Amino acid sequence: MMMEISTTRRFVNGFMLTLSGLCTVLVVSVLFFILGYLLLHGASSLNWDFFTKLPKPSGETGGGMANAIAGSGKVLLLATVIGVPIGFLAGVFLAEYSGKTFAFIIRYVVDLLNGVPSIVIGIVAYALVVRPMKHFSALAGGVALGIMMIPIAVRTTEEFLRAVPNSLREGAMALGATKAKTIFTVVVPAAISGLTSGMMLNLARVAGETAPLLFTALGNQFWSAGWLAPIATLPVMIYNYAIAPAEDLHQQAWAAGFVLLTLVLVINVTARLIIARGPAGQRR
Amino acid sequence: MTESNAAAETPRADANLKLTARNINFFYGQFQALHGINLDIPTNKVTAFIGPSGCGKSTFLRTMNRMNETLRNTRVEGDLRLDGENLFDMDVTDVRRRVGMVFQKSNPFPKTIFDNVAYGLRVNGIRGKSILSDAVERSLTHAALWTEVKDKLQKPASALSGGQQQRLCIARALAVEPEVLLLDEPCSALDPIATLKIEELLFQIKDITTIVIVTHNMQQAARLADFTGFFLLGKLIEIDDTKKIFQNPGKKETEDYVTGRFG
Repeated sequence: MMMEISTTRRFVNGFMLTLSGLCTVLVVSVLFFILGYLLLHGASSLNWDFFTKLPKPSGETGGGMANAIAGSGKVLLLATVIGVPIGFLAGVFLAEYSGKTFAFIIRYVVDLLNGVPSIVIGIVAYALVVRPMKHFSALAGGVALGIMMIPIAVRTTEEFLRAVPNSLREGAMALGATKAKTIFTVVVPAAISGLTSGMMLNLARVAGETAPLLFTALGNQFWSAGWLAPIATLPVMIYNYAIAPAEDLHQQAWAAGFVLLTLVLVINVTARLIIARGPAGQRR
Repeated sequence: MTESNAAAETPRADANLKLTARNINFFYGQFQALHGINLDIPTNKVTAFIGPSGCGKSTFLRTMNRMNETLRNTRVEGDLRLDGENLFDMDVTDVRRRVGMVFQKSNPFPKTIFDNVAYGLRVNGIRGKSILSDAVERSLTHAALWTEVKDKLQKPASALSGGQQQRLCIARALAVEPEVLLLDEPCSALDPIATLKIEELLFQIKDITTIVIVTHNMQQAARLADFTGFFLLGKLIEIDDTKKIFQNPGKKETEDYVTGRFG
């Protein structure tokens, strides 16, 4: 009797271990498959022209995506300028000022916002910016991605501020600092490395968004002057080129995918390094 | 010194009395942590509070710079005066500048040593570079830390040892020239040598500030304090000359505690 149970258990144990191990391998291999496939197709189509030249008119080969790289940079900058301050200040309120019930409600709403499909956020930006201005623009794209950054910015800020020991707040207030002064001269500096990296991960997350940019930033075959004109971005460029009926454009899309992924990975790794190095103030 | 049966009338301003407390009650939600505390804190003397954990001595200390107000769902009643002026009517940041505090666990800010000491001056609007560096040197000297850190003022405070960090916190509190310095078990996390250093510096600075210290270490109270108060279960049992409290206390509970029969 005892032997039987033991054998069954050993079998179940072995089976489950194998299964979870296989799933782990699957998870990791998906990432490496994507990386490898992009490297294979993308890197081979990548050349100096890709970074320096404008796209060629359809029918001609060659050209690059310099305008889309710059465009992605501009739209992401706008998104950061819009999303980070709003999310950060709301997070400060959530962590430092709001009562329990109110905090619960805010947190719930923020999580809901985080779950809103990105295409819906795009429609919101379309209604808020594109319709009144009557044309697509970098600004509209920035607003769309900025709104997408808000939920994570709020939660990151809240989390890292809550991790600051209360003894620091008491220490500052015991010296006659007001609550606001305590927060901005002691609490936030103590959490600055976490906040910075959290915001960078947030940026990396929206860098690859395509849907909300389709009908906000639209796209552009040329350089886009200023902030109020339609602008090319890498994700939309990939989308357009990937469905285009020309092998040359497919190669360009692979290259753009490779560049975008590299960009996101670099931001990710930098953010992790900042976290690992600990609070900025303690290094100074 | 005032006993707990002291008259509950409002005392007038008295140059010898820095702080006067009459009928202080304190509540954490429904729980009453302090019951009708009456006592006086004499100017430029060291007053120690002793008593078992949870007896309310820290709560009372934190009432004296209104630090308890930062906690949600708390309430204080009674009359507390600083130089005869009602503490609860004063601006709270003003109270905390005049009544400084050092905590049980040292809490240096994640800033440089210099910026830690200068923090209190800066938040109170003092900007001049030479004024700040003079104040930093003076405060660190009072806290018996200057010679150890004068060559590394721009290093992070976290690089200091535990005892040095606590002396840094004392220097930081002294920089704003408080009239009263409250210390909440400042040596409980320190070794005997670091403790001795802090006791020596407290002895030095009582000329410039009135000191109130909460301690679990009765020898420390006996060594340092001019007056000692004994708290038990949220009540002030008695407060008197330190010598009298330890050698000939007026109440049975005090005698039991200082002779180690409970606590």
